[in-house]
Amino acid sequence: MNDMSPPRRATRRLDLADGRVDLTHGAGGRAMQQLIEEIFRPAFDNPMLARGDDQAAFDVGAGRMVMSIDSFVVSPLFFPGGDIGSLAVHGTVNDVAMSGARPLYLSAGFVIEEGFPLAELQRIARSMGAAARDAGVAVVTGDTKVVERGKADRLFINTAGIGTVPAGVDISGERARPGDAILVSGTMGDHGVAIMAQRAGLEFETTIVSDSAPLNGLVADLVAAAPGIHVLRDPTRGGLAATLNEICHQSGVGMRLDEAAIPIRPDVLGACELLGLDPLNVANEGKLVAIAPAADRDRLLAAMRAHPLGSDAMVIGEVIADPHRFVRMATRIGGERIVDWLAGEQLPRIC
Amino acid sequence: MKHLDEYRDAETARRLAAAIHHEANRSRRYRLMEFCGGHTHAIFRYGLEDLLPSNIEMVHGPGCPVCVLPTGRLDMAIRLARRDGVVLASYGDMLRVPGSRGQSLMKAKADGADIRMVYSTADALKLAQANPDRHVIFFAIGFETTTPPTALAIEAAARARLDNFSVFCNHVLTPSAIAAILEAPAVRELGAVEIDGFLGPAHVSVVIGSQPYEFFAEEYRKPVAISGFEPIDVLQSILMLVRQLNEGRAEVENQYIRAVTRDGNVRAKEAVSRVFELRRDFEWRGLGHIPYSALRIKDAFARFDAERRFDEPYAASLGNEACECPAILRGAKKPTDCRLFGRACTPETPLGSCMVSSEGACAAYYTYGRMREAAQ
Repeated sequence: MNDMSPPRRATRRLDLADGRVDLTHGAGGRAMQQLIEEIFRPAFDNPMLARGDDQAAFDVGAGRMVMSIDSFVVSPLFFPGGDIGSLAVHGTVNDVAMSGARPLYLSAGFVIEEGFPLAELQRIARSMGAAARDAGVAVVTGDTKVVERGKADRLFINTAGIGTVPAGVDISGERARPGDAILVSGTMGDHGVAIMAQRAGLEFETTIVSDSAPLNGLVADLVAAAPGIHVLRDPTRGGLAATLNEICHQSGVGMRLDEAAIPIRPDVLGACELLGLDPLNVANEGKLVAIAPAADRDRLLAAMRAHPLGSDAMVIGEVIADPHRFVRMATRIGGERIVDWLAGEQLPRIC
Repeated sequence: MKHLDEYRDAETARRLAAAIHHEANRSRRYRLMEFCGGHTHAIFRYGLEDLLPSNIEMVHGPGCPVCVLPTGRLDMAIRLARRDGVVLASYGDMLRVPGSRGQSLMKAKADGADIRMVYSTADALKLAQANPDRHVIFFAIGFETTTPPTALAIEAAARARLDNFSVFCNHVLTPSAIAAILEAPAVRELGAVEIDGFLGPAHVSVVIGSQPYEFFAEEYRKPVAISGFEPIDVLQSILMLVRQLNEGRAEVENQYIRAVTRDGNVRAKEAVSRVFELRRDFEWRGLGHIPYSALRIKDAFARFDAERRFDEPYAASLGNEACECPAILRGAKKPTDCRLFGRACTPETPLGSCMVSSEGACAAYYTYGRMREAAQ
């Protein structure tokens, strides 16, 4: 694509302290070239991008490839535990990894509002680059568009990712079977509450940070420990409740959960009480749900807990036969209730 | 978590449930109405009905501010929001409530009306201060709990001589609604409601105190137990009502002593009486027109009254005729008695107000309780 064509040296360097993105930075001319040269290419630094072609070319191994895409419109752009850049890497890496795949390459598209500070753009690009290196993936192709002031809210990022699935691994939301164990890799609701706490109008002090993290390393360990895992999914928007309901519908099963087993940080629980939210509906960006035959349960739990991103892992319930496809939960005080999808939008622009 | 865990303790719940089973007289039924949507939500969220004997029936009352707001008032809010230069500041759960002819604030927002979600009256006030060229109307709803903050916001706006802020006042009064359930002619016509006792509201009672309920206990011989919102609170209050009924007593008892006094919050009540006065008549969804059941802004603060400032008239409500919200709000029918429930009317596509708020009986049934129906 045009954005990454061979370098034509600009006369003066970008003002990365006080400068702002203007419409010329998206116009395909020298200014856009300079933006790519001085911000994106150093941040993402890899040979495929450095070639400056309109596309990335790479060899394809045998077996199955997976592909996923996600757009990021989170507000605010910077939040405790991450920013839109690291989130854009983690979100897509995790979606690819939930098939059991090893994520390899990402694309990155930027829609920037005129007037956006170059310093913030650089900070976000560097954060993306660091997140990609941390996850062991490369951003190999990209695109930049600038829109007039008021036509977008500061910055939107789109990433797509591809990866390859090891032979013998068949992980899908339609594979949950009655008797399977349901595990989560850690505490629920951290990301959503961290974002909400940052939002204007919700002024309370919290120490909660987003759990945004790349899960491909954890997934690789889980697949090695129990190649027969049936389902992996990261409970992002809609939280654990939405994810489990999706799986029930795909697989035609029900679930029974134990409320007391679901890990939730006390400060997240407190913030949810204050905001009138159910933590099971709140987004996560660095947690996964694993569903596997009961025989694999203990091995899987041990593998999760051995990984730094799974130290709070718990077995939270089991898959049952249920034509209604309900997710039921034994409540802490001895009753039972349905855990349903959330109706409507709990809080927009959480990722 | 401190101050929450002790009210959600499984062992305490088991002991209370055992006491209720032991003391409830098997030869009679106990129909207990929890007035407040907060209690309805707690009962379903914690599955409390599973812990009760089958002859204790919880009847879900109308204490959900979103649910009792008639479509006519919602239509007014939508018309106000569509005016040029107006920002309507609203609690988020009002956005999807269906008004007349399938309209809602959410649809008005998509059409271009400037509607913002706020979490408090103070947020709305800040919005007005930050946008001096726009007129911010706060869509005020709720029972006695939310009224004092609205009063304080109006006083603050008056002190700051803020000319671009007003309130669309829909504050309603709990005791009037309980009286309407017990005796209003509309209720008699539409089917008598046999209620043996009431779980009294938690947060409302923090403000108004326990005294206003004494009238119901004396006049109607109905016991009242003012209850906190945690599961242990609710179970303990049910036990208190069972004991009163077994002993033939009809008193106001206060389970929520950690927050409720007989006289309530005097300063909050004073703030309310400085700014508000009784409205001669107010329409409630489900309960019809109830005299002196709501508040309006006093003449001294008329310029902060959106209804007067914009001269917005009230038009009678139009609802879906098949919707059973009116009977459900009176406790005369269950959500599952409605033929729209779970079919045409779901939390994603609510036709009636009881399906919108998480405190509404239909939404609670749908979200937390429908497996019970499915199992039957």
